[in-house]
Amino acid sequence: MSATPVLSVENLRTHFFTKAGIVKAVDDVSFTINKGEILGLVGESGSGKSMTGYSIMGLIDTPGRVVSGKIMLNGTEVSNYNNAQWRSLRGNRIAMIFQDPMMTLNPVLRVDTQMMEAITAHEKVSKTEARQRCRNALVQVGIPSPDERLLAYPHQFSGGMRQRVAIAIALLNKPDLIVCDEPTTALDVTIQGQILFEMQTLCRESGTALLWITHDLSVVAGLADRVAVMYAGKIVEQGTTAQLLGSPLHPYTKGLLDSVPSRNVKGKPLQQIPGMTPSLLQIGAGCAFRERCARRAAACEAAPAFSTPISGSAQQVRCYYPHTNSTTKGAA
Amino acid sequence: MSTPLLELKSISKRFEKKLDFIGKFANSLASTVSGKSATSTEVVHAVDRVDLTIYKGEVVGLVGESGCGKSTLGRLVVGLHKASNGERFWRGKNTSTMTATEARAMQLEAQMIFQDPYASLNPRYRVEDIIGEAPVVHGVVTSAEEADYVAQMMQRVGLDPSLSRRFPHQFSGGQRARIGIARALAVQPNFLVCDEAVAALDVSIQAQVLNLFIKLREELNLTYLFISHDLSVVRHLSDRVVIMYLGRVVETAPTDVLFNSPNHPYTQGLLAEVPTLEVRKKEFVAIKGEIPSPLNPPTGCHFHPRCPHAAKVPGDRCKSEQPMLKMIAVNRYSACHLNE
Repeated sequence: MSATPVLSVENLRTHFFTKAGIVKAVDDVSFTINKGEILGLVGESGSGKSMTGYSIMGLIDTPGRVVSGKIMLNGTEVSNYNNAQWRSLRGNRIAMIFQDPMMTLNPVLRVDTQMMEAITAHEKVSKTEARQRCRNALVQVGIPSPDERLLAYPHQFSGGMRQRVAIAIALLNKPDLIVCDEPTTALDVTIQGQILFEMQTLCRESGTALLWITHDLSVVAGLADRVAVMYAGKIVEQGTTAQLLGSPLHPYTKGLLDSVPSRNVKGKPLQQIPGMTPSLLQIGAGCAFRERCARRAAACEAAPAFSTPISGSAQQVRCYYPHTNSTTKGAA
Repeated sequence: MSTPLLELKSISKRFEKKLDFIGKFANSLASTVSGKSATSTEVVHAVDRVDLTIYKGEVVGLVGESGCGKSTLGRLVVGLHKASNGERFWRGKNTSTMTATEARAMQLEAQMIFQDPYASLNPRYRVEDIIGEAPVVHGVVTSAEEADYVAQMMQRVGLDPSLSRRFPHQFSGGQRARIGIARALAVQPNFLVCDEAVAALDVSIQAQVLNLFIKLREELNLTYLFISHDLSVVRHLSDRVVIMYLGRVVETAPTDVLFNSPNHPYTQGLLAEVPTLEVRKKEFVAIKGEIPSPLNPPTGCHFHPRCPHAAKVPGDRCKSEQPMLKMIAVNRYSACHLNE
């Protein structure tokens, strides 16, 4: 762990200043990703997981703003970059893949135009060379007959193929980090399997770090090295995939895992987390999960800090009463 | 066994699109080249000769990827689409020979819950009207009793009756899903078709809604056709699972049997594909290729271009001959040439 991490986020706060009040979409989020590592960022809708991704890409628009915190890319701070500096970074050193590939690709431009643009925007290369690199990228993501596909328009591709093109564009300049925001959510199971397989191999071969944002714990289970769980703008728990899924400490993580159908007896009611995700406008001080938590006590009125309750383990949790004794097998 | 609640016999649904001038021109050019006669319509076989039997009290899961015709089949079941071919029986009675009164009673008994809780509720209606309109129209309750009845329905699905004057946009996704369920239940159906009813919901909310389905089934003795692409949800709820691929049923079996020993190569691939919590850092192995377009499905077995076993079947049968759904064990059917 002595090498500089590809990405290190420290105490990131992204707030939205709306008429109804300040929405703390990302509130004191810290994590690091090393070379070739896949970090799964898991949370439900409105938990701030996408906004964390957008903040890292410098894509927060008004009324939102990164209020404080550091974003370090290969040891260089980038959070205070101006627009021109961000532009030289995006698509070059860091790239992003979005949920809906139809929204990311320009419908009136051919695939080769869009792909070559991503190269020529950052480097001075000849057209022939740029085209050759685009072709290789398409081969890399498993698109058959790449030469003809380069001449096609986005609407001529299926959903899975479009997502592959989006991934190919992200890979063009061999970025250090790719932020993936629910890239397989809109896809079918068999196509999702193909994309996950390809991302895994690419990551391993090129040493690209991945931030994989998703709501689906089972996708992360097979893919990620480490997992961070977000709730109401804060990371409530993070650790290695095995730690977090095997012995969740935070009541929210445990609740999420227990509510997955495959972990329940067939036909019997599922374990459920009562209540709803709170509106980010109305969170006062204290633990945001306390209203839905069975373990809440008086102490929860003050926001808990990170602790590492298991000695010798780096698994961090923001909770006063973590599930430390539930680690024995078969306790559920 | 007794008469099934619902039976579909060799039912098909085709969607036809008249080609515009350019389409016709291209088609006639193609026909001069290939020698086939030119057609002026484009036909999608959304559902192709499907048999389906559902008994009272059963939960049947219908699984497939996008474009396989599972939603169309769901709509055929409740009668939202008219079948192009085939027959539909309700409690043993052919629906096409029913009198208007009988057909109406049947329609009330079978209700549908839609995928998108945003699009399926009228944004200008208050919740009390959304839930209360149908039972009053159909004479389930009088308009004097409507308010009480709505409150009762809202309580049944876990909504606070004091919210009945609100509009759909004032509710969260999970609550809206509950409104959709309350609306379907308000006409006292026996049979519910749930088309991806929990797909749009967050994990923790999804568990709440699934629990509601389980509770309602026990309380009201409901029969479900549960349409989903999420195998873990289907596995949890269903007694029997039907797998569809490109308009055809490829396999049907009791849930445990299907998940423990899938027969059809497509089912096997689908089950291997599903990410689970139990497998850490797994090597993803993919079913090759794309889902073909239903406009121009492959000949023979629809799955043969992606099937790892297609080459093993002698005489290119997979390519030329459509495998029929055959019984391979008690209550188990599969459509694959490998079973012979």
